[in-house]
Amino acid sequence: MNRNKKLANMAMLVALAMIFSYVESLIPINFGVPGGMKLGVANLVTVTGLYFLEIPEVLAVSVLRVLLTGFLFGNGMSIIYSLAGGAVVSLLAMVLVKKMDGISIVGVSITGGVFHNIGQILVAMAVVENLKLIYYLPVLLVAGTVTGFVIGIVAGKILPVVKKEAVRTV
Amino acid sequence: MKKKDLFLGGGILFAACVLFLVMNLMQYVQAKENGQKENQEKQVVIKVDGEVYGRYALDEDQVIEVQEGDFYNRIRIEDGKAYMEEADCPDGYCEEQGKINNRTQTIVCLPHKLVVEIEEVENSDDSQNEKEHLPDTISK
Repeated sequence: MNRNKKLANMAMLVALAMIFSYVESLIPINFGVPGGMKLGVANLVTVTGLYFLEIPEVLAVSVLRVLLTGFLFGNGMSIIYSLAGGAVVSLLAMVLVKKMDGISIVGVSITGGVFHNIGQILVAMAVVENLKLIYYLPVLLVAGTVTGFVIGIVAGKILPVVKKEAVRTV
Repeated sequence: MKKKDLFLGGGILFAACVLFLVMNLMQYVQAKENGQKENQEKQVVIKVDGEVYGRYALDEDQVIEVQEGDFYNRIRIEDGKAYMEEADCPDGYCEEQGKINNRTQTIVCLPHKLVVEIEEVENSDDSQNEKEHLPDTISK
């Protein structure tokens, strides 16, 4: 992919991720967890991105998405949560898991969902300075696995199409 | 999807179950130990920014209003359970965290950095429950 095409593709991904972020903010699923819970649709972009972009590019897309949606719909705190949980912790975990043999996009997505939640609860614990929040961990692990699985299946379906498109535009 | 994906997902779910069981077992053992001691009292502890704001007896129906800066949270203690009745935080998740009555449970209002938790403390006889913010308490 040449530079401009790549830039255009990434910008489009950021825009898409922002729309997903907005859509999922409209459908909160609540398990009585501090900070609420998300379906992780925006993670769809990150997961798919890992399979046809370089790692720094994926990081750029997801950090930009967090910052832009944070300024538009959220507040300072929500940016910090999302950056710690989504953009850093879960991306790092996904990159590592992706390198393992026999793991497909579904496994990568599950890892992303789970580590996103782990990152968020760690940030929440630091913010309110209370270790008792660790009791939320089991429910967060289950929720992360389930949403990650669903997102992973969808990502697996759209990846071939996206890849073909991305190659054709080169 | 490959086999290892299922192992990964299953492994995490299994870990979550084990974690849940261990946490509950610890809570159960602790509760039993505490049950043998006398003069145990459950207190609702409200913390703002990591600092204790006030302690309130769980067995006494009351309403606690926390007004810190421009934050407002109203916690109600009723029938041995505490819950967030109203809060003016932007997300409002704290109002949906239900009623709590044991040590492992918390109500968290992230935007206000406010945590409601339960502690078991030894009842120091007639000193009742120390209310550090008496004017905020409306006892029925």
